[in-house]
Amino acid sequence: MAVLTPVQLVYPFTKEQIAPLRVGMSLLISGRIYTGRDRLHRYLAEGGKCPVELRDGALFHCGPVMRRDGQRWRVSAAGPTTSIREEPYMPKIIATLGVRLIIGKGGMGPGTLEACRQYGCVYAQAVGGAAQVLAARVREVREGGFVKEFGIAEGLWELEVDTFPALVTMDATGHSLYERVARASRRAYRDLTSAAESVAAAGHG
Amino acid sequence: MKKWALLEENLLELIRRTSTDLPADVESALRRSCARAKPGSRARGILETILSNVAAARDNDAPICQDTGTLLFYFTTPPGIDPLALMAATRKAVAQATSEGYLRENTIDALNNVPSPTNVGNGAPVFNFEPGARDTIRVRLMMKGGGSENMSAQYSLPDDRLKAGRDLEGVRRCVLDALVQAQGNGCAPGILGVCIGGDRATGYAHAKEQLLRRLDERSDVIALRRLEDRLLRESERLGIGPMGLGGASTLLGVKVGALSRLPASYFVTISYMCWAMRRRGVVLAPNGGVRKWLY
Repeated sequence: MAVLTPVQLVYPFTKEQIAPLRVGMSLLISGRIYTGRDRLHRYLAEGGKCPVELRDGALFHCGPVMRRDGQRWRVSAAGPTTSIREEPYMPKIIATLGVRLIIGKGGMGPGTLEACRQYGCVYAQAVGGAAQVLAARVREVREGGFVKEFGIAEGLWELEVDTFPALVTMDATGHSLYERVARASRRAYRDLTSAAESVAAAGHG
Repeated sequence: MKKWALLEENLLELIRRTSTDLPADVESALRRSCARAKPGSRARGILETILSNVAAARDNDAPICQDTGTLLFYFTTPPGIDPLALMAATRKAVAQATSEGYLRENTIDALNNVPSPTNVGNGAPVFNFEPGARDTIRVRLMMKGGGSENMSAQYSLPDDRLKAGRDLEGVRRCVLDALVQAQGNGCAPGILGVCIGGDRATGYAHAKEQLLRRLDERSDVIALRRLEDRLLRESERLGIGPMGLGGASTLLGVKVGALSRLPASYFVTISYMCWAMRRRGVVLAPNGGVRKWLY
């Protein structure tokens, strides 16, 4: 699929901005986004109070490397972390806190896809491991919360980003690029293994 | 004391290089994959981003990936070198690299979930020692991220689901299945280290050690060399592609080794390494001075 002209997405990410996005569209995201990973998701899904406003906001699955320059924090590396670990918590967070945009890697499961459809949210993939390219798009960093309690990687950081690149891979109409690729790869696996012989005979001795 | 200071300094430099600069064989494999991907395709776009990230990390002297991984140290030491002294010097270098921002606080106490501010903890970093005859200390370091480690897998053959028996065809089925299970989650295009045989623990250890081989180094064993080539070719047909978003570039390399096994066991173990294959090495003189950088 050809890469289309990127869609400029600017905070706040309203339902109107998010609804027309479709799988395969590239995004350039600007404005405020929040980082969060395992501990934060569990805390929020269990009903913990969120110290920032996530309505019409973005959650970036990321545990950054941060450095302190005097009083200010600086991002030294910030790529996405695997999102599927947040699958048990994500649907509830979308439903109760009104998150509209999730940025991560690897995609998420049917629960999140359904919550995206129901509440108007999209999932966008950032390039995993591209911690420098992505950190270069961060203009400003503030502590959003839990940095002391959860640690630097697990804390909630407020990032001001400028044209942060990501690709829509799960949209609000129930489509997931991951499902499509996974289906095709399972089909290819069957083709590759149907001809060859390998007899699963002899039992465990 | 001075002797260990020089050693510490060079171990710190080893960590810095590993975290910020990809080895040449991996970078060229990425470049080849990128050149083969169709211009304007999603796969091409992702590989271009990956390559600019590699260059940016080098220029910024900053981590390639924020997950600075499990630190796997492989020492080959001549007689008369005290491993305890090497371990102490390594721990100091790791703590220093953490405070200088080359390593994230990435070592979590499994019981109370508290991160170690130095990346030194129970079982961290990981030490492997092997006795060597020469008058030099060889240190190799791999940094292996959690996303890729989570995609590693072990099979016990025969496997009825895969119709995989105790032969190389069975091994092939396991490896292809592991790739289908992993999709893009290990940060594709990845590199696979595979071990046939061994027990559950040595299988994983040997699979990881395969990743120490350069991508252009081919197995001496003809059957394994053929299997490596075939699996690399077939990974393209799975169409998983960079980051699992489709395309031919699913793997950069496959390295297969074998260990003896028991009559009752036949394990196939796959260690998945992400594209950010951070592997570096150095040969040191007994006084800690650099003889030569590896890779």
